[in-house]
Amino acid sequence: MNVVVCVKQIPDPAAPPALDPGTNNLSRTGKLILDESDSYGVEMALQLVDAAGSGEVTLVSMAPNGETSGLRTALAMGAARAILVSDDALSGSDALGTAKVLAAAIKRAEPDLVLAATESSDGYTGTTPVQIAELLGLPSVTFAKKVEVTGDSVSVERQTEAGYDEVQCPLPAVVTVTAGVVEPRYPSFKGIMAAKSKPVDTLTVADLGIDAGQVGAAGARQEITGVSAAEERGSGEIVVDEGDAHERIIQFLEQLKVL
Amino acid sequence: MSIDKIWVLAEVADGKTVTASLELISHATTLAGTVEAVAFGDATAAVAATLGEYGATKVHDVGDLGGALPGVPVASAIAAAVASGAGPDAILFPATYDGRDVAGRLSAKIDRPVLTNVVGLAEDGGALVTQHAIFGGTQIASARFTGEGPGLFVVRAKSFPAESRGGGPAEVVAAPAPDAGSTNAARIVARHVEERTGPKLDEADVVVSGGRGLGEKDQYAMIEELAALLHGAPGASRAIVDAGWVPYAYQVGQTGKTVKPTVYLACGISGATQHLVGMKNAKNIVAINKDQDAPIFTVADLGIVGDVHKVVPKLIEALKTRG
Repeated sequence: MNVVVCVKQIPDPAAPPALDPGTNNLSRTGKLILDESDSYGVEMALQLVDAAGSGEVTLVSMAPNGETSGLRTALAMGAARAILVSDDALSGSDALGTAKVLAAAIKRAEPDLVLAATESSDGYTGTTPVQIAELLGLPSVTFAKKVEVTGDSVSVERQTEAGYDEVQCPLPAVVTVTAGVVEPRYPSFKGIMAAKSKPVDTLTVADLGIDAGQVGAAGARQEITGVSAAEERGSGEIVVDEGDAHERIIQFLEQLKVL
Repeated sequence: MSIDKIWVLAEVADGKTVTASLELISHATTLAGTVEAVAFGDATAAVAATLGEYGATKVHDVGDLGGALPGVPVASAIAAAVASGAGPDAILFPATYDGRDVAGRLSAKIDRPVLTNVVGLAEDGGALVTQHAIFGGTQIASARFTGEGPGLFVVRAKSFPAESRGGGPAEVVAAPAPDAGSTNAARIVARHVEERTGPKLDEADVVVSGGRGLGEKDQYAMIEELAALLHGAPGASRAIVDAGWVPYAYQVGQTGKTVKPTVYLACGISGATQHLVGMKNAKNIVAINKDQDAPIFTVADLGIVGDVHKVVPKLIEALKTRG
């Protein structure tokens, strides 16, 4: 079974984020890392391929400047290869433009299953995987907390407000996985060394046969018109616990008539 | 260009319209002359009165989905209306599991982009301008569509109050989904309701959330116990959801839920921007953290610098004693 995992390389969340002053788009210069949200999809894909006994995991990603450092992390975990779409024309893409590019790249890998995170940690639009499914003409199951493949269908436990639904879906399909549902493996030293020589196909928009006017800032039909400071919330009273801080909390709750 | 008509996806759970949809319907009446709802499932007729009361004059009923996940059939029904020219100028979706699915499917079907994580929506010069909380809610970005409509907007819960507009029942019109072929192949084969006592996380008056500072999964039990004693709902930071301690449905923050309770108790949560954006608009915030420099204290009305493993059990004991 061949599984494609959509992965995103994002600015380190530990570093303070910034907007590009010209476009108000999120600044993605500098080193990018594998979005932690995607590590669950990578781990799940590796487990599903293991269970199937054959096939491989292909990463599909879109990033500026041919960036591969985040992809190498996922390759070190065990993915076999990566398809990276990198093109200056992609800068400023909206979610639908991104979905068009990723869908075209995924098609090349002819997967049985496409996994993605429910949303990225930087842009967190949360619609790209479903847009990809529609563009590829595939069914989709979102917010999976458990995924099992049997023959040519996938069973998913899908998160709901009340609990979860058991969902059955024929393959090929797109499934988005929520965080925390599997424990992503740490790349071994051997894995890290092997990742250096794993194939990363770097493609341009033209390679995918996509009209550059459909993607990037040219194809984006939305714009950020301004950014302003939100109302600040001041900090209040600080109490250092000396064994009786719970009494202060109770007093506070009483004042609010919660108790 | 002016905004004549807005449609709102009205989700129904347990025979009632979800609050997030009512928030959107009542807010939409301030933006457009006509507000209509789109609903699916077998309870549309039963909620027509409520939808009307909050401002929808009509409800387009996709009907029972026969076990299909809503994304494809509901988007197909809306896309058919858009193609026939009977569609609205804008469509608002609550940022729920199904709302996001329908919006994403529809976006690709009609080739229109979608703006998500909307927290404010206003009319400006005949077009809709959105607001998005970014960088932990410290800044607000405004955005708008530049191309042809309809505009698709996925709006976070609690962005607007749900207010009765005193309208009569909405007229129910059938809007069956055209056949979407194999894209509509996912089927719900069983539903599991996890037993939960107390209010829902995004509707609770009191929310007690736990974070990495709890140290280990088993310690989350005290968060649930404290939440129950305060008749509130338990929540969580992303860190412990990622670690697999609690399900995604518990997550408060940027990639989780937005809550605005009367009191938010953050226990062992440092206050990463990811978390703050989901809870900083609570009316009152109490934080317990052993690190006095934790960012959570910059938004707390009452900050306790202390060990959650000491403070929370004492708080639980004291509340039990009060009975």
